[in-house]
Amino acid sequence: MIDASAGAVSRPIARRRGRSRAAWRRRGLVLLLMGPWLAGFTIFFAYPIVWNAYLSFTHYNLLSPPKWIGLANYRYMLHDDPQMWPAVRNTLWLIAVLVPLQVVFALGVALMLARARAGVGVFRTIFYLPALAPPVAATLGFVYILNPATGPVNIILGHLGIHGPLWFQSPAWAKPSLVILGLWGIGNTMIIFLAAVLDVPRHLYESAELDGAGPFQRLRWVTLPTISPVILFSVVLGVIQALQYFTQAYVAANIASGQADQAGDTLNHLGYPLDSTLFYPVLIYQHGFAYFNMGYAAALAMVLLVVAFAVTLVIVLNSRRWVHYSGAVR
Amino acid sequence: MTTVAVARPVERRKLPPQVRRRRFLMVVANYSFLIAVAIAFLAPIGFIALTSLMTTNQALSPELWPHPFRWSNYLDVFRTAPIWRWTLNTMMYSGLATLGLLLSSIPVAYALSRLRWRGREIAFMIVLVALMLPPQVSVVPLYATWSKFHPFGFHFVGTLWPVIIPNWLGDAFSIFLLRQFFLTIPEEYLDAARVDGCGELRILTTVVTRLAKPAIAAVALFSFLYTFNDFFLPLLYTNENPHNWPLQIGLSQFRSLHQVQWNLTMAATLLVMAPVVVLFFLAQKAFVEGVTLTGVKG
Repeated sequence: MIDASAGAVSRPIARRRGRSRAAWRRRGLVLLLMGPWLAGFTIFFAYPIVWNAYLSFTHYNLLSPPKWIGLANYRYMLHDDPQMWPAVRNTLWLIAVLVPLQVVFALGVALMLARARAGVGVFRTIFYLPALAPPVAATLGFVYILNPATGPVNIILGHLGIHGPLWFQSPAWAKPSLVILGLWGIGNTMIIFLAAVLDVPRHLYESAELDGAGPFQRLRWVTLPTISPVILFSVVLGVIQALQYFTQAYVAANIASGQADQAGDTLNHLGYPLDSTLFYPVLIYQHGFAYFNMGYAAALAMVLLVVAFAVTLVIVLNSRRWVHYSGAVR
Repeated sequence: MTTVAVARPVERRKLPPQVRRRRFLMVVANYSFLIAVAIAFLAPIGFIALTSLMTTNQALSPELWPHPFRWSNYLDVFRTAPIWRWTLNTMMYSGLATLGLLLSSIPVAYALSRLRWRGREIAFMIVLVALMLPPQVSVVPLYATWSKFHPFGFHFVGTLWPVIIPNWLGDAFSIFLLRQFFLTIPEEYLDAARVDGCGELRILTTVVTRLAKPAIAAVALFSFLYTFNDFFLPLLYTNENPHNWPLQIGLSQFRSLHQVQWNLTMAATLLVMAPVVVLFFLAQKAFVEGVTLTGVKG
């Protein structure tokens, strides 16, 4: 590539033809390498999103072809669907409560861990492992541990003279129970924060100390500003995960409701109790794959797409800040 | 900034006693917090394990400690539910998806990191967008398409194939992770191969894949974990067909199959958690590699 310009002086025409052939071969190579992804992106990403936009203006139940009904799905969503706003509120609740709590808790644990000298490895493993637990298994475990009658937590609370709440059985406590489950799984975020905290240059702390800064001032003026991009990233990622929160809600509602009435019908379980765990993705699932009301589910998914895309842009447009890998050739 | 602290050398040994005491108390507070959190993190597993060893009636009583320890619960789990069948389905999903995404994502990651071409940055941004968007935004038309598509009378809905096949055409997370690693390979290695007359394809299949072994191991590991834990899409496609359930769907239905047997349910729960924990201890290095590579992936 370097000698191409040097040779261009003596044999310009042949060189140029050779260069363009090389350029074409290069383009072919890129196309060959990118091919699988290009096909996958078109078939499994671009096409479904376009088709989804179309379906959102139709009535479609899989049996007969989609029937154009204009904005009727959106009108129903905004004005008439009794579950739309509860689902939106529940998802916003996750974003407002679960995400900040997870970030703060993970950061707190990481800061404490960064200060410890002995036993760091053991603690780190203990805090990290629950994040690996399959969500279905973890949810099952917590529904049992928090079950009102014979669950260990309420038994221990009872010994302490506290009458424990109904946890997953109570509309008021179902979401806080999911928060407890979520805090148990902060391992990934904690590891990332720990790495970031340990990466803060020592000399910053030393000069702060010389200026007379105490531990809290050092945290406030040195640690937090230095790791703020990592915190920001975790928050945005947490929001994205909250937007697709499904498995834990589905399993918790399914198991907890089975315990209450022991009916075998999945449909009644979604959002149990009283739609308190009916998050937006659960609503999409219910309309699309329990009622097979695909047109309406597509309209719901369009709203999710717009919101998720806006959040995603925040990350992707700032990607240079965090994607860059130290020592990378660009 | 105004006062210069030149004349104050930092001598750690001669700290005044109050300062030393305060530091000591800080250390005690720090460890108390860590130990308390550790106990809170281990307790759920402890309760699950204890319950899994109780008799059925005991698990429904307010007792916390099993007597007698009923180890045969773990055998009963296999007797009462088709665990092996579900495991086989999960293994098929995991194996085929992981193999496919490695074969299809490595070339893409190479093109996005080591070749220069117009549109590369945009393509990378699209990969990131695909990585971030929730699966729910495309699931309705995909399901509709799979349900209409039955070549030679084969019905995809009801099987795990609609979840497996997309992995054969590139996976955004794997592409991202591999690209991050490929960027760290020094250009000199590749140039050396070019001087020796290697084409880009040869470089990719020999030099790069050999150097990228740790990253490839990390991708395989994350892919295994993801597919092992995956719930939403397998539920969508196999819910109606218990024969094709992967482990997670089976586990989620375990209690409705066995009503109130909390002891067996907890034994099954622990069995499903076990492979992941074992894998973690076997492959810690690959984990660390993956987490540091993706930097901030949660």
